[in-house]
Amino acid sequence: MATVPRKKSAPHPSPVAQPTPITHPHAQAVTKNGAQWVCDALVDLGVEVLYGYTGGAILPTFDVLADTPVKFVLTRHEQGAGHMADGYARASGKVGVCIATSGPGATNLVTALGTAYMDSIPVVAITGQVATAVVGNDAFQEADTTGITRPVTKYNVLVKDVKDLPRVIHEAFYIARTGRPGPVLVDLPKDVQVGKHTSSGVFDLNLPGYKPRVRGHTRQIELAAQAINAAQRPVLYVGGGVILSNAAEELRALAKRGNIPVTTTLMAMGAFDETDPLALHMLGMHGSAYANYAVQYSDLLIAVGARFDDRVTGKLESFAPFAKVIHIDIDPSSISKNVDVDIPVVGDAKAILEEMVPMIEHKPRAEWLSMIDQWKAKYPFTYNRQAGTVKPQFVVEQIYEATRGNAIIATGVGQHQMWAAQYYRWNRPRQMITSGGLGTMGFGLPAAIGAKMARPDQTVIDIDGDGSFLMTLAELSTAVEYEVPVKVVILNNSFQGMVRQWQELFYKKRYFATVMRNPDFAKVAEAFGVKGISANHKDQVRDAIEQMLAEPGPVVLDVHVDPAENVFPMVMAGKSLHEIEMGNVS
Amino acid sequence: MSNGNDSELARERKCVLSILVQNQPGVLSHIAGMFAARGYNIDSLVVGRTEDAEFSRMVLVTKGNELTLEQIRKQLGKIVTVVKVRDLTEQDYIERDLMLIKIHCPPEHRGQIKEITDIFRGSIVDVGPNAVIIQLTGSEEKIEAFVELCRPYGIQQLARTGVIAVQRASQIENKLPRVRPLRRRTATLPMPLGMENTGFNPTPSPVRAEEEESPLPPS
Repeated sequence: MATVPRKKSAPHPSPVAQPTPITHPHAQAVTKNGAQWVCDALVDLGVEVLYGYTGGAILPTFDVLADTPVKFVLTRHEQGAGHMADGYARASGKVGVCIATSGPGATNLVTALGTAYMDSIPVVAITGQVATAVVGNDAFQEADTTGITRPVTKYNVLVKDVKDLPRVIHEAFYIARTGRPGPVLVDLPKDVQVGKHTSSGVFDLNLPGYKPRVRGHTRQIELAAQAINAAQRPVLYVGGGVILSNAAEELRALAKRGNIPVTTTLMAMGAFDETDPLALHMLGMHGSAYANYAVQYSDLLIAVGARFDDRVTGKLESFAPFAKVIHIDIDPSSISKNVDVDIPVVGDAKAILEEMVPMIEHKPRAEWLSMIDQWKAKYPFTYNRQAGTVKPQFVVEQIYEATRGNAIIATGVGQHQMWAAQYYRWNRPRQMITSGGLGTMGFGLPAAIGAKMARPDQTVIDIDGDGSFLMTLAELSTAVEYEVPVKVVILNNSFQGMVRQWQELFYKKRYFATVMRNPDFAKVAEAFGVKGISANHKDQVRDAIEQMLAEPGPVVLDVHVDPAENVFPMVMAGKSLHEIEMGNVS
Repeated sequence: MSNGNDSELARERKCVLSILVQNQPGVLSHIAGMFAARGYNIDSLVVGRTEDAEFSRMVLVTKGNELTLEQIRKQLGKIVTVVKVRDLTEQDYIERDLMLIKIHCPPEHRGQIKEITDIFRGSIVDVGPNAVIIQLTGSEEKIEAFVELCRPYGIQQLARTGVIAVQRASQIENKLPRVRPLRRRTATLPMPLGMENTGFNPTPSPVRAEEEESPLPPS
């Protein structure tokens, strides 16, 4: 029987990504309604868990969903559903799936889709839509969902005919997880969910314009390897693409074999073990001074799965001024977008690095590595360890020690996110779950719930800010209902700290609209049925963390930290990376 | 900072793109939305079915510097429903635009207008007591020249299809792909720590010569 793909195994790996084979084709044609085709496709595609919220236009699908083995998690807001699917995808490497109704259900997903889109996370969203007969009539709970979500999805589609099912669902998953991954939305009008369709369930994907490359061009890989072997001061600049393509092993092999220092972006924390002597930690605006210096003085920058984001490069005209640039990326539009590339290699990072590693010669690079070691010794991440107040960096260090560096950490967005990135030492991929590109406050808690469900064997901690946490804390209710023992540590400075820092530095300390009048978070947690702990003094912090970790269920630990603390080092806006400021340690 | 690269990089040109897309709802909106979101111009856009009902062809005229045009091509290629993007201005191509123009034309001007129309090989497709409608096809430049000649008579209405274009059939070999100069990056860096007496040069000469060009990723 013909299946997708038609060829079982090719003698050589195909240069193009392959679709998921249909494992259970029906022996003969069967008649099912649209909702059944959708739910059966989800089962075929190996979906374990679905995050969502009900509503009128998606009811037919929910009614079928009740009978499938897919675990359904009722979130408290569709944004939470989107972030949970996202957190699940980031922690597991699988496609995360969320479902919502039409109109407000769909619009509430937009932030979550945008978050996944900016960070290239494979998420599939299924939304209900009003019946095709009234689409465009301003019907109750109608929204132009495909129109609204087009700029924040890799692909979206309004299914107008039940005959297009289940093909469209398989296409959605294939597009979401291959190439440069991203969110895909499938909009299902109510009559399409109810309509009957007879099929054997065997079909070919109809995507003539979508052929994501996997293997890199051999000549380009050779050129890159030659440039690496010839370089005096190479630096590996690694982005989230390495995590997405599961290329950490190959990256490590390249770095070790070539003796090349590695710096990672926020999206790539843990792609390279930060306890390794070759690790330069994070680069960019709040990266380490030594990573930024290394980039600026390098003669060869090897970018892998990174996109030269403005938070990484600082002033473009003086970014890595003496470096030739190799850029390995699966998305051709990332190449030479911000920084011109000398040796582009288009394809999957894992496949390319695998091919490249044997061509790399071992070099001592003594002068270069000793320069870097001096920078590391002179300019470490630092803060005032003698201070009487609770320094937020201290809290992160305590969490790191208490978890022996093995926890999965989710974050919100702001100062606490940067401190987590700087002071936790990441040792493996998919360990940090954070919204990098879009910078979505409120991401931490729902993403942590998704991550914990993907990796129930791991300790999952949401290091959050008071502002971020307040945005989505209703999802504590979800954690309680589904017994997901996530831990939340709030670095509570009663400020929208990062904005306050900018007001301090650039707006004459006018702290307008950044002061947070917060509730007692421990009490709030208790009201949800979650263990709440507060810590106000330095000497309480470690005990409180240990107590949190010992608790079997979810916990909120509210730590009152020094509100005046700023995130340093910092490359000010418009400055070059080597102009990084260390700040005053006080 | 100005050098040859910068002025060369800033130079804008017209670009005619032939875009083969899946014949699906939302494709046009996706492409138009991408142009709007990224701040690119659309001078003209024509969509029509092809010989295969599954696909439509768009002919899109835009302008920009080489950097922008390179991103436009790549961003178009990234859209899932876009099957193929070809820059026709990189090769020899034929372009046509069709115009219907209604001109104020009392009987005493008919002779003159007929004469101009004949010179441009247009045709008068409708005549009223005080107006005529002329149909004209040709390149954008030809049509614009004709419009200027008609202006003194009084243009009452004008409609144009926009440019459609195909690659020349007689093309023997492709021209070389267009290349652009590289954007240069420079800085004066301080002497790094501990390197003062080692002869290390913190500001070596730039790695790229002025005439170097951006390589295209081979496919």
